[in-house]
Amino acid sequence: MKKLVALFGVFALLFAGSAAAKTLIYCSEGSPEGFTPALYTAGTTFDAGSRQIFNKLVEFERGTTKIVPALAERWKVSKDGLTYTFYLRKGVKFHTTKNFKPSRDFNADDVIFSFMRQFDKGHPYHTVSGGAYEYFNGMSMPDLLKSIKKVNAYTIQFMLNRPEAPMIANLAMDFASIHSAEYADKMMKAGTPDTFDQMPVGTGPFQLVAYQKDAVIRYKAHPNFWAGKAPIDNLVFAITPDPSVRYQKLKAGECHVMPYPNPADLDAMRRDKDINLLQQEGLNVGYLAFNTMMSPFDNPKVRKALSMAINKQAILQAVFQGAGKVAKNPIPPTIWSYNEAVKDDPYDPVAAKKMLDAAGIKNLKTKVWAMPVQRPYNPNARRMAELIQADWAKIGVQAEIVSYEWGEYLKRSKDKDRDGAVLLGWTGDNGDPDNFLAVLLGCDGVGGSNRANFCYKPFEDLIQKAKVVSDVKERTRLYEKAQLIFKEQAPWVTIAHSIVFKPVRKEVVDFRIDPFGGHIFYGVDLK
Amino acid sequence: MISYILRKLAILVPTFFGVTLVAFVFIRLLPGDPVMVMAGERGMTEERHAEMMKLYGFDKPVLEQYLIYIKDVLQGDLGKSIVTKKPVFEDFMSLFPATVELSLVAITIAILVGLPVGMIAAVKRGTPFDHVSMTAALTGYSMPIFWWGLLCIIFFSGILRWTPVSGRISLLFFFEPVTGFMLIDSWLSGEEGAFASAVSHLILPSIVLGTIPMAIIARQTRSAMLEVLGEDYVRTARAKGLAPRRVIGLHTLRNALIPVVTIIGLQVGVLFAGAILTETIFSWPGIGKWMVDSISRRDYPSVQGGLLMIASFVVVVNLFVDLLYGLINPQIRHTK
Repeated sequence: MKKLVALFGVFALLFAGSAAAKTLIYCSEGSPEGFTPALYTAGTTFDAGSRQIFNKLVEFERGTTKIVPALAERWKVSKDGLTYTFYLRKGVKFHTTKNFKPSRDFNADDVIFSFMRQFDKGHPYHTVSGGAYEYFNGMSMPDLLKSIKKVNAYTIQFMLNRPEAPMIANLAMDFASIHSAEYADKMMKAGTPDTFDQMPVGTGPFQLVAYQKDAVIRYKAHPNFWAGKAPIDNLVFAITPDPSVRYQKLKAGECHVMPYPNPADLDAMRRDKDINLLQQEGLNVGYLAFNTMMSPFDNPKVRKALSMAINKQAILQAVFQGAGKVAKNPIPPTIWSYNEAVKDDPYDPVAAKKMLDAAGIKNLKTKVWAMPVQRPYNPNARRMAELIQADWAKIGVQAEIVSYEWGEYLKRSKDKDRDGAVLLGWTGDNGDPDNFLAVLLGCDGVGGSNRANFCYKPFEDLIQKAKVVSDVKERTRLYEKAQLIFKEQAPWVTIAHSIVFKPVRKEVVDFRIDPFGGHIFYGVDLK
Repeated sequence: MISYILRKLAILVPTFFGVTLVAFVFIRLLPGDPVMVMAGERGMTEERHAEMMKLYGFDKPVLEQYLIYIKDVLQGDLGKSIVTKKPVFEDFMSLFPATVELSLVAITIAILVGLPVGMIAAVKRGTPFDHVSMTAALTGYSMPIFWWGLLCIIFFSGILRWTPVSGRISLLFFFEPVTGFMLIDSWLSGEEGAFASAVSHLILPSIVLGTIPMAIIARQTRSAMLEVLGEDYVRTARAKGLAPRRVIGLHTLRNALIPVVTIIGLQVGVLFAGAILTETIFSWPGIGKWMVDSISRRDYPSVQGGLLMIASFVVVVNLFVDLLYGLINPQIRHTK
C-alpha cells in the first residue's frame, strides 16, 4: 500500500514537472482508421487527422459554421457560378518529420495533388491505401468537378459542370485537406507510397509524433504554423473507449477534455468543482420518415395525424434524458436559414384521431423501424419506437417494431416499397442547409438517402433553385419557404436535435464545442 | 515423446483449415456488408457499392474468395484491413503483446492465489476457511467482468487513488516499443519511474481479468484434492506414518494437479474472451477490442486473420499443456 501511494506521488510529481511544457491530454473515444482524411468517413479519424494535422483552402471558424479563409486567402466566384478562383496563402510551411524535410512552401501543386488523387482514377496515388474516397464521392464531386487548373503557383481554379452554391462549404470539409505533393513524390520514388498515409505531413497546427493503435496519439505544436504556434506545446490523445472510464480519468486529472459523456454522469459532472460541463445544440436531426410512396402514407393528412399523435416531450425525457431539443424543422437551429416561424405539429391525440377518421383510415396497421445502433440524434431507437407505438395505439394505429443489423437496416430502409416508418437521423457535414434538405428530402435521393421517398415539386423547385443561387439572402428566403412546405407535407415526424455535452477540466482555457462534432485544439490553452 | 509431439503438430493442420473456414464463412453469414457499414447513414449508389465490392474482391463467388484467401495465407499473407488499410499481420502484432502480457500476469495471479486457496480449502474441508474461500470463488466466477472492472476503477483509482485509471503506462513516458511488452520495454528504456508506472497500470486489469480463472482454479483444485485425498494410496501413506506435509505435497497434490493443469490450459481461451471486456474498460490496446471492432465493421480480413492467429496460439498453448502432463505424472509419459 505504501509503495502504491509512493508510486502515485511519483506520478503526481511528474505531472507537476511537465507544467513547463504545456501538454493537453484528450481522452478520445477510439482509434483513428488512419490519418489521410480523404480515405475515411469517421469523426474519430477526422479528429486525429484533418482537425489537427491538416488545413483546407477554407475552414469553419472554430465553434461556428461560418466559413473563413485558411490556405486560400480569398476567392472569387464567376457570375455563372461555374468557376471558383482561389488565391493561395504564401509562406505556409509543411511539417518537418523523420521521413520528410520540405524543400519548399505550400503552393498550387499541393492543391492539385490533394484533389486529383481523389478525382483522377489514373492518378498514381488514386489506388494507394485502398483508394476509396467516400466523402468526395458522397458530395457528388466527381459529377460536379469539370477540371482543376493551376493558374500560377499561388492561384488555382475549380471549374464546375453546374453551379453549386454549397461548393465553398464543401471545400471546408475534411476530405478537402491539403497534403504535400513533394512528400507524395518522395514516398512514391522510395517505393513506399503507403507511408504517405500512415505518417502524415500537413500544414496544420500540430504534427504527428507517434501513434500506438488503441493506446495513444502524440502530437507536438507546429513551430512554424502560418497562423501562429498553438498555445499548448504538446497534444496527446489517450484512447479510452469506455465513457465511464473517460470520466474517471478526467476526475483524476489524467485527461483534460473528454467527448461523449454518459448521460447518467452529467449531474455529477455539473456538481464537480474541477470540471466545466460545456453544452451546445448538435448539428443534427433525428426523425421518423414515412414512406410517402406507399398508401396510406402518400396522403399528407394521414402523415400529419400520425405526427400529432406523438408526444415528443415524453420522448425527449425518456430517450434523451433531457439532453435534446424538440425538432420542428428538418434542419437544426444552428444552421443559417432555420425558419423560426414554422409552427410544430401540436401533440393532440384527439385531433389526430379525428383527422385519421376524416381520411377514412380505420384499424391501420404499420411498422416502426428501430435502428440497432446508438447515435447522437437517437440514443435509444428501440425505446423511442416503443413510445411511438404506445402513442399510436391511443389513436387506434397498431404498430409493429422491426429492427435489423445496421448495414441491413440501412439497405432495406432505402427500398421504395418499404413497409412502415423508419427512425433515422443525420449529422451535418458542411453547415449548409442543402446538406440536409437536398440530401435527405430531394428527388435525387429517392430510393437512397431520402428515406421518406419524398419528391414534391414545389419543395424540389425551391431547393434546386437555392442550390444554384450564390446570394445568401436569397438562398435563406428559399430555404425558409421550403421548411414551411416541409411542415405542411410532413414527410417526416421531426423528433429532436440532440444537445452535445463536453466536460473539460477547469484549467482548460477557450475550448469550444465544434458544431460538426469535431474536437479542435488549436487556440486552446491550459492555465 | 517426439512422435507424440509430431502427432499433436499434425493435428494443427486440419485445425488450421477448420479455423480458416469457420472464420471465413461465419463473418460472411452476418447480415450486412463492410461497404454498407462504411457508408453509414450517408449511403451510396448501387453503382458505387458494386465498384467498392469489386475493389475489395467481394464481388467474386465465395468459394473463389476462400481459395484466394487460403493461397495468400499459405504464402504468409493475411491480407490488408479494410478499415486501416494496413496488413492484418502488422495490426495484429502491434496489439498482441499487450494481450499476452495482460493474460500472463492475470493467469499468474490466478494460479498463485487459486492453487493454494483450493489446496487449503480441501485439506481444511468444512472449516470456515473452506466455506468463505469457496463462496468468494463462486462470487468471483459469477461476477460480470465489465461491472467488476468499473467497480475496481471507481474504488481503487477514483476514490483511493492508489492505481491509475487506465492505459499501459503514464503518458509522460514516451519511448519506442522494442518488444511490445510494456514491462520489458519500460525496463529497457532506462527512464526513471517507467517500470513502476507500467507495473501500477497492470495491477487492476490483471486482477480483474484473473478473477474468473482464479475462482475456477481454486474450485477445481479443491475438488481434485478431495478426490485424491480419499484414494487408498493416500490412506496407506498416512497409515505408514508419513508426515502430513509429505502426504499432501508428494502423493496428493501431484496427482490432483493433472485436471488442474488441463483447466489452466483451457483458461487461455477464457482469458482471450475476458480480455475483450477487460481491454475495453481499461483502455488496454490489445487484440480483444480490435477483434470486436473488426467484427462490428465487417472488416473481413482482420476477423479472419485475427481468429486464425488466436486459434493457432490457443492450440499451441494446449499442446504445451499436454506435454506438461508427462512432467507431472510419469504414468502419462508418452511412450506409445
